[in-house]
Amino acid sequence: MRTMTKARIKSPWVLHFDCGSCNGCDIEILAAQTPRFDIERFGIVNIGDPKQADVLLVTGPANKRNQRVLRNLYDQMPAPKTVIAIGECACSGAIFHNCPNTLGGVDKVIPVDVYVPGCAARPEQIIDGIMLALQKLEKISECQEEGG
Amino acid sequence: MVDLLNLNTYVPALFVVLAPVIGGLLMGIDRKLTARMQSRIGPPILQPFYDAIKLWGKQPFLASGLQPILAFGYFGFSVAAYALLAFGQDILLMIFTIAVADVCLIVASFNSKSPYSNIGAKRELLVMMSYEPVMILAALNISIMTGTFMIQGIFDITVPLLPYLPLTFLAMIPVLVVNMKKSPFDVSASGHAHQELVRGIYTEFSGYTLALIEFGHWTKVALMLSFVTLFWAPNLIVGVALALTLFFVTLVIDNVYPRLDWKSMVKTTWTAGFLLIIANIIGLIVRLVAL
Repeated sequence: MRTMTKARIKSPWVLHFDCGSCNGCDIEILAAQTPRFDIERFGIVNIGDPKQADVLLVTGPANKRNQRVLRNLYDQMPAPKTVIAIGECACSGAIFHNCPNTLGGVDKVIPVDVYVPGCAARPEQIIDGIMLALQKLEKISECQEEGG
Repeated sequence: MVDLLNLNTYVPALFVVLAPVIGGLLMGIDRKLTARMQSRIGPPILQPFYDAIKLWGKQPFLASGLQPILAFGYFGFSVAAYALLAFGQDILLMIFTIAVADVCLIVASFNSKSPYSNIGAKRELLVMMSYEPVMILAALNISIMTGTFMIQGIFDITVPLLPYLPLTFLAMIPVLVVNMKKSPFDVSASGHAHQELVRGIYTEFSGYTLALIEFGHWTKVALMLSFVTLFWAPNLIVGVALALTLFFVTLVIDNVYPRLDWKSMVKTTWTAGFLLIIANIIGLIVRLVAL
């Protein structure tokens, strides 16, 4: 594995955006950073700055009010980047799928790489989701390095 | 004068090249120790290098055309300050070179309209204001002891500085805390997680400019710890042990104290720094007169 790819999968900085979630999944994301789960052992840091982030964690259903903000955050992240939808609402809209104010899943607004279902998604699942996203990032990175 | 044929010229040069690497390793140890103090496993020791390599390979997003130049300036002047220390040059010149490096970072941060980075830059000015006078007073104290501002002078007197300057050594603790951007004085930007300014002064940096800023920061930390090493100058192994002790004390302070505002930072560093160093200067003069 090339040095750059190795560094990329060993240092994913995540940005967390709450798209109108009930805070259940948000608490679980925070729980993943506590000593019990400690995502920093994989080099994962919860960074608040989209310009420095590699992975976007989105919770809650996309709605008409904040889709512009979501799109903006996604556009501000420099490539290579991945997006993870966390929780049922972010995956498909769940119980809010036919509400007049929501659009449904996050994938209606931005391309999503990994879906982590669950209401709420458990910290182990979230860590698993990030690892899956890293496998995808590894492929993207290898293609990029081979292509020059 | 630099003598190219003398082997001793190359040892300081080697240190200058290695300074960012040593600083990076220290940052990795810092993250591991902090994690252990919080009963976590923590990232690998080489984590800062993975971060920096990754940042180097990211798509460049520049806030302005001047930003990369200033990021290079921050790194370059930090290395220049380290070179002044390694080659035994003037302490004051070294402190002013660090100030130029800091100014590069601050101007780069002011170079965008982001309110986070602007407030971060203002706070970084306060950070400079809080530790630079203490450093200059420490340099003055060392010069009273050695009779010169040259770092070579510390080696020439052949006795360690610490028994004569214990209070100045203590005054280096808040300076180190402020310089390493550790809580309670991480007002301009925090190494950990979130704070109210997102990433503070680092907000507008991304990709390779952030990597350069990181390299500069590592060099600065290595520089501050090398400066502490000089307190036991003839025998640098004891000096390194002293520096690592202070490093550990800084980490304990970081994990024990919550964040404080900038007023407390300026008050603490000035009160502690000025009182300790001035007491030390008076004590030293009394001692020299009595002899």
